[in-house]
Amino acid sequence: MSKKVLIVEDSRAMRGLIRATVEQMPGFTTFEAGSGFDALKSLPSHRYDLIITDINMPDINGLELISFVKGHPQYKDIPLIVVSTERSEEDKKRGMALGASGYIVKPFKGDELQELIKKVIGE
Amino acid sequence: MTTKKDERSKGEFLAEAEDILEDLNQHLIQMEGMAEGGPVDPDVVNAVFRGVHSLKGLSGMMGYNAISGLSHRLESLLDALRMGRVGITKDVTSTINAALERIKELSEDISRSGSERSEATDVNEKIDAVLTSGQATEKKSLIDELAIDKALVSVLTEYEEHRLKENIKAKNAIFLVKARFDLATFDKDLTALNDHLKAMSEIISTLPASGMSPETGIEFNLLIGSRESLDKIKDEVEGPKVEVSEIKYKAEEKKAEAAAPSLRSLSKTVRVDISRLDNLMNIVGELVLSKNMITQISKDLRGVQGFTGLAVDLHKASRTFERKLGELQEGVIEVRMVPIGQIFTRLIQAVKKYAGEVGKDIELETLGEDTELDKLMVEDMSDPLMHLIRNSLDHGIESAEERARRGKDPKGKIRLNSFPKGNRVVITVEDDGAGIDHEKVRRVAVQKGLIEESEALTRREMLDLIFMPGFSTSEKVSEVSGRGVGMDVVKKNVSKLSGMIDIDTEIGRGTIFTITLPITLAIIKALIVEVSTETFAVPLSAVLESLMVTKDKVATIEKREVITLRGETLPLVHLDRVFRLPAQEGGDYIYVVVVGVAERRLGLVVDRLVGQQEIVIKSVGEKLRNVPGVAGATELGDNDVVLVLDVESLIDEATQRRG
Repeated sequence: MSKKVLIVEDSRAMRGLIRATVEQMPGFTTFEAGSGFDALKSLPSHRYDLIITDINMPDINGLELISFVKGHPQYKDIPLIVVSTERSEEDKKRGMALGASGYIVKPFKGDELQELIKKVIGE
Repeated sequence: MTTKKDERSKGEFLAEAEDILEDLNQHLIQMEGMAEGGPVDPDVVNAVFRGVHSLKGLSGMMGYNAISGLSHRLESLLDALRMGRVGITKDVTSTINAALERIKELSEDISRSGSERSEATDVNEKIDAVLTSGQATEKKSLIDELAIDKALVSVLTEYEEHRLKENIKAKNAIFLVKARFDLATFDKDLTALNDHLKAMSEIISTLPASGMSPETGIEFNLLIGSRESLDKIKDEVEGPKVEVSEIKYKAEEKKAEAAAPSLRSLSKTVRVDISRLDNLMNIVGELVLSKNMITQISKDLRGVQGFTGLAVDLHKASRTFERKLGELQEGVIEVRMVPIGQIFTRLIQAVKKYAGEVGKDIELETLGEDTELDKLMVEDMSDPLMHLIRNSLDHGIESAEERARRGKDPKGKIRLNSFPKGNRVVITVEDDGAGIDHEKVRRVAVQKGLIEESEALTRREMLDLIFMPGFSTSEKVSEVSGRGVGMDVVKKNVSKLSGMIDIDTEIGRGTIFTITLPITLAIIKALIVEVSTETFAVPLSAVLESLMVTKDKVATIEKREVITLRGETLPLVHLDRVFRLPAQEGGDYIYVVVVGVAERRLGLVVDRLVGQQEIVIKSVGEKLRNVPGVAGATELGDNDVVLVLDVESLIDEATQRRG
C-alpha cells in the first residue's frame, strides 16, 4: 500500500517541488494543502502517513498545525517534517519541541528530503 | 535532487514569481507610507516578508542563485523589520524597492534565456548597509509580564512572539478568543470572525485546539491584542460559538493580591443571607434534574445504537458533567453547613432558665458541638431539641429528694450529643432520670382512647405510643410546654426534616432520645422503585437492604405477611395496597426493600428496583400534605414526577394497622 503524504505549503511552486521530490520515491502518494486550513480540512478524510509542513503560512502557522496534530487522539501518531528556512532557527526548534519528527532547511536538495522522509517513516 | 530545470518547473517558477512581485510592490507602497510616519501595520510588513521568503525558497530550489541570494538578503532585512530590530525608514523602503526591481530583471532574464545574466552584488551591499545602520533594540522577555498559558506561547512563531511583545509594549489588552465551528465551514466562519476582529484588534495567532471531530467541530484559540475593552470585544463577537476572555497582566494580578491581605485580616468570612444559598441550591437542584435527564438520554442512546460513536461521546460528557456537578453540589452544601454548637449554646441558656423555674437543679452537658449540619436544619432543630430537654426536665429528672432517696446524685444530668454518622447526623438527648415505664404508657394510651385495651403490643410499640398525637403522661402540664404540644409535635418536626426519632429507656436509669437527620434536605440519594403503574423514591438513608424472595417464603402471622430474615421476623407492606394501586401479576419472586428506623424494620414489597438516583425533594401541595407515607415529590430524569416515601410514617402505619 502506498504511503500518503500531505504537503502543507502556501507557495504553489514550492509545493510542486516538494511533491515532485516525494513522488520520485516509489510507493508514495501526495496530497496538497495550500494553507493550514486546507490541511485541517483534509485530515479527517485521509489517513496520512506523513505531513510535510511549512512554518509561515497566512492562516494558521506550521507550529499550530503540529501542535494540533500532536494533541489530537486520532492524528497524534502521524509524523511531521518541518520545512523551514535557515533564518527561522528558532521556529524550527519550536517545531521539534512540539513533536515534529524532523526538519529540512530551504533551499534543500531533493535527496536530502528523500533521506529524511525515509528516516522519519522508519524505512 | 539534481536541479530540475525543465520547462514546466521554469514556467511555474516564473508565474509565481510574477505574482509575488506584483503583490510585493503593492505592499511596498503601503510601507512607504509607514516610512513617512504613518502607523506601522504589521500585516503589511509580514506580507512583504512572506513574499520575499517564498521567492527565496523557490529560487533556491530552482538553482537561480542571484535571485535566491538577493531575496535571502532582503529577507534578513524584512525579518529585522518585522521583529522590530530595524525601524522602517525611507532608506529602507527604497532599498527594498531596488531589490524588487532587480529580482524582476533577473526573472525576465530567465524567461528569455533560461538563466540569470548577472549577480546582484550592488543591491546586496546596499541591503547590508541598511541592516547594519539600523539599530538593534534589546527586548526583555515581555511575555513574562502576561499571565498566559504556556501552551499558547509555545506555538507562536518567532514573529508572532514579536507581535505579542509589541502589543505588550504598547500596553494593549490581550484577549483569548475561543471559537468553535463546524468542520465543513470553519474556514469561512473563521475568516468572517477574523475580519470582525481585525477592525478592532491585531490577531496575533490562531491555534486550532485538538479534539476536532465531525460531531463537535473544531475549536480555535485566537490570541488578539487590542486597545478596546473586554466588554466591547464581547459585544462585538461573542455568541454561542465564540467566547472572549482577557489574559491579564501579572502586575495587575499582583496588585490585586497585594491588596488582599489587608482586607483578609479584617474579615475571613462573608455573611450571606440563607435565601441566597437556597437559591443557589435550587439551581443546583435543577441541574441535578438536568443531569438525570442527560444520563437517561445517554442510556437510551446506548440502547438504540450500542456503545459507539455519539453514544460514547455523550456518555463521557455526561460523566464529566456528573462529576463536576457533584463537586459543585458538595461545595454549595458545604457553604450551608454550620456547627450544631450554635444552637447548643442557645439551648443551654434557655434550659438553665427553665430549670430554675421548675425548681430542679441540673447539669447540662454538651458534646460534639462541631458537628456540621445544614443551616436551615440547625434552625429547625432548636425547637424540637428544646422540647425534648424540657420533657426530660418535666418527666425524666426526678426531684432532688426523690433522687436522693434512690441513691442518685441530687443534681440531674442531661447530656446533649451530636456526631456524624455516614451521610447523616445523629443528635441524642440523654437524661439520668426515672426512665419511661412502658406499661404506664400503655395504660395512658388506653385511657385516652388511643389504643384498645385488648391490643397486644411489644415493649417498643408501647414506648412509641408517646409519639402519638394526644398523648401526654404528665398530669400537670407545665406552663412552658403548654397543653397540646407533646412528643408528637417533636416527631412531626423531625419527620419534616426527613429525620427519624427513636427512644430508648430504662426504668430508674434514664432515657435517651436519638434523632437521625440527613446532613442536608436539598439533595438526597434515593432508591427508585416501581410499584404497579407508579414509580416511587425511597430515601436511601432509610434503606437497609433489598432482597428478592420466593413467594413461598412469605408467611402470615396475625393476618400480617412476614418473612424471616436472619432469624428475625420482618413484617411486609405491599405498597400497591397502601396506595390502592392495581396489583401486578408477578412471578415466583417478590422484591422486598428493607427499610428501618432505629430498631424498627419493615419490608416494602415492590414490583421492580430501578436504581439509585440523587433527587431533589419538592414539597407536595396541600392535598397530599397529610397523606401518610408521602414525604414529598421529586422529578426524575425522564420528566416524571414521582412521590418520595416517608418511611417512618409507613412503619407507623404498618405497626398500627393490625387486627
